[in-house]
Amino acid sequence: MHELSVALEIISIASEAADDSGGGTVKVVRLRLGPLAGVDAQALIGAYAIAREGTMLAEAELVVDELPIVARCPHCRRDRVLQSILAICCPECGALDLRVVSGRELEVTTLEIES
Amino acid sequence: MTPQTRLVEVRTRVLKQNDVVARALRERFQESGSFVVSLVSSPGAGKTLLLEATLRAFRDRCRVAALVGDLETDNDARRLARTGVPIRQINTGTVCHLEAEMVRQALSDWSIGPIDILFLENVGNLVCPATYDLGEQLRAVVFSVTEGEDKPLKYPTILHTADLAIISKIDLAAAAEFDRSAARANLRAVRHDLPILELSAKTGAGMEAWLTLIEKRRAMCV
Repeated sequence: MHELSVALEIISIASEAADDSGGGTVKVVRLRLGPLAGVDAQALIGAYAIAREGTMLAEAELVVDELPIVARCPHCRRDRVLQSILAICCPECGALDLRVVSGRELEVTTLEIES
Repeated sequence: MTPQTRLVEVRTRVLKQNDVVARALRERFQESGSFVVSLVSSPGAGKTLLLEATLRAFRDRCRVAALVGDLETDNDARRLARTGVPIRQINTGTVCHLEAEMVRQALSDWSIGPIDILFLENVGNLVCPATYDLGEQLRAVVFSVTEGEDKPLKYPTILHTADLAIISKIDLAAAAEFDRSAARANLRAVRHDLPILELSAKTGAGMEAWLTLIEKRRAMCV
C-alpha cells in the first residue's frame, strides 16, 4: 500500500504549483495514470482524501484520468492500444514482441484554482 | 462577485524526486564501476537464501556487498553477515518498499571502499516496488515454485520493471506439483522477452547460470 506515499507527493507538488501561480483555493487536482505505474486509482483517491486534511488542498478533489497501454507493433508498424496488461500482444497480428510506448504515466497535469 | 476559476498547468511526474535520486545513483554506480543487482519477490520466495548463496559464490572472486530491506528486525543482515561480506540493513518502518532515497542514505555513511557488485534486497512485496526505481542495473523478480504457476499473471506490473525472472526453490517442484511449462507460459504472456532462470539456492541447481548472467551483464555495463 504505497498509495499514501504517492498521495503525499501529489499534495506536495500541487501545493507548490498553486503557491507559484499566486494561490487561491484549489478545487481540482488532475492526474494522469497509466496501468504500468503500479498505482491503484481507487486506493490512491482514498489515501489522498485522508492525506489532504489540514493542507491547502483540503477542498481539492483528485480526478484521475486513467490511460491505456500503448505499444508499438514492429510488424504492423503501428501503435496499438492494449486492453489488458496481461496480454502484451498485437490485437491485429498477434505478435508478442511489442515495445511499450506509454502506460507508465503518473503525473499531475493541471489544477483548477478558485480565486 | 462570483469566484473565478483558473486552470494551472503543472505537468510534473509524481515520482520525479525518486527518479532524480535513482538516476544520480545509477550514474554514481557507473562511475565507480559498481554493478547493482536488486531482488524483488513476495515474502518467503527465497530472496535471502539466494542472496546468501550468491554472496558466498562471489566473495572470493570480487568485492561484493548487500543492502537488505525489511520493515523491522535485522535478522536478514545478521544471517547474511555470516558470509563475511559487508551487509547493511535498511528498516523501512511501515513503508512497504525501498525508495531510491533510502538506498542513497544507507550508502552515504557506509565506508566499505570500492564495490564490484552491490546487491539490494527489496522488502518482500510484489506490488509497491514496481513504482520505485532504485538506480539498479539489473532487477530480478523471484517467484518460488510453491507460490503457484499463475503468480506472474496476478502481479504483472512488477514484471514490466524486471530484467530477469527467477523461478526459485526448484528442488521443491515435484512436491509442489509445480507445472513448469504453465509458469513459463504465464511469464511469457506478460513479458515475452524476459529471460527466465530456474534455480535452487539450497541444492545449487541452476546457480551457475545465475552467477554467469550477473558476470555477463556486469561486463556489458562496467
